[in-house]
Amino acid sequence: MISWRAIAVATLFAVAPALLAGEIPPDARRSGYTFMGPDTRAMQDDDTSNPGMLFVLDGEALWAKKTGSANRACADCHGDARSSMKGVAARYPAFDKAIGRPVTLDQRINLCRADHQQAAPLPYEDRELLALSAFVAHQSRGIPITAGDDPQAKPFVAQGRALFMQREGQLNLACTNCHDDNFDKRLAGAPITQGQPTGYPLYRLEWQTLGSLERRLRSCMTGVRAQAYDYGSPELVALELYLMSRARGLPMETPAVRP
Amino acid sequence: MIALSLALAASARAEELLPYTIVNDGIPASLTGAPGDVARGRALVLARTTTCILCHSGPFPETRFQGDLAPDLTGAGNRWSASQLRLRLVDASRFNPDTIMPSYYRADGLVRVGRNFAGKPILSAAEIEDIVAFLATLRD
Ligand code: HEC
Ligand code: HEC
Repeated sequence: MISWRAIAVATLFAVAPALLAGEIPPDARRSGYTFMGPDTRAMQDDDTSNPGMLFVLDGEALWAKKTGSANRACADCHGDARSSMKGVAARYPAFDKAIGRPVTLDQRINLCRADHQQAAPLPYEDRELLALSAFVAHQSRGIPITAGDDPQAKPFVAQGRALFMQREGQLNLACTNCHDDNFDKRLAGAPITQGQPTGYPLYRLEWQTLGSLERRLRSCMTGVRAQAYDYGSPELVALELYLMSRARGLPMETPAVRP
Repeated sequence: MIALSLALAASARAEELLPYTIVNDGIPASLTGAPGDVARGRALVLARTTTCILCHSGPFPETRFQGDLAPDLTGAGNRWSASQLRLRLVDASRFNPDTIMPSYYRADGLVRVGRNFAGKPILSAAEIEDIVAFLATLRD
């Protein structure tokens, strides 16, 4: 009897609060930007010094360029990205009804290439894919993140959360050990942030180029000496979706600059 | 036949790790049977690939790149015996099951270990002994 009640109460507590144990409350969520020094902030703030803007400009050209055997441009279907793409990246990864699971913005771009342009998919981290993705996400700059709100996305958010909490690799560390429990501390002298995915694709000084969120997640996994998930794998997409839902309300910054 | 080959496979894998005996809250005997080398231990603790310095700081004026996720190692030799230090390095989760400090001499119970690291402990028995010898010299 008593144990059944305990289980019922425990279930209630597990479902009722919007915030799960160990998670960062909305008013304490902070972009990686707030952990950076003044020079790196200035580089992000000024479009003429932000190297990510070169990719955005490339993406703008690609948006209007006819491609594939359909000989159609993104703009032929979507028109002016400034209005049609506004706020879109803040909702990604988004649930795709045809596939029955969430897709990332990169995957959406490749689905459009396949279905509407009859063009070959662009490889992950390819310059053109990063440029298109940066251009589309840039149209959401300043817009609060709402990814994961779609009820159909919920099971995938939960999957991503479980992966975030899971210890892994030879060093046996979970994402949450660094990005929930130890942000604001220093790992070998460098600040650990909350791991909020607000600015992707972004220009990382360490990479000397633009890179995707998946690239970042794979390097965190390699850092704990875990076998990184493949680009585009359901696990990485779920992690991405969870991270975006965890950043709910934070404004998009694409293209951000990070050390 | 099958049981035998399984037993052989298991012992081949376990060969990587030398056996040790926990007494109270420590491992009193050297893992290798020999004492460690203090200078090598210091170099190991300072090497980023050993990972200590990612989380810990210590009396290391030559590097700015120290972590603050964990206690400063200054005085560790006062606070802990060599036996306790050895067990802490081998398997820190024996002291605190929720610790973020990795178990440096363990290869089981881990998830998705990278191909190049699978089945191996983070440090060798000799490296553990060198680090224990060095930490024991850290006295205020
Ligand atoms: C041992 C500590 C550690 C672990 C474990 C770890 N990370 Fe990171 N992570 C870092 C550091 C250091 C950086 C670079 C500085 C920063 O942005 O925090 C980083 C960066 C990030 C960023 C980029 C934030 C930005 O502003 O661009 C994201 C997102 C992220 N991590 C997510 C994850 C996920 C998901 C996992 C688990 C698969 C994970 N991290 C595991 C230390 C860690
Ligand atoms: C990912 C973080 C992390 C790494 C890497 C790490 N430690 Fe620790 N260590 C901790 C934490 C946290 C504690 C505090 C007690 C606890 O939680 O277990 C600790 C405690 C200790 C203590 C006891 C400190 C005291 O005086 O109370 C010693 C000694 C120690 N670590 C040595 C090392 C050495 C040597 C290495 C590398 C071979 C290392 N640690 C790697 C996180 C870490």
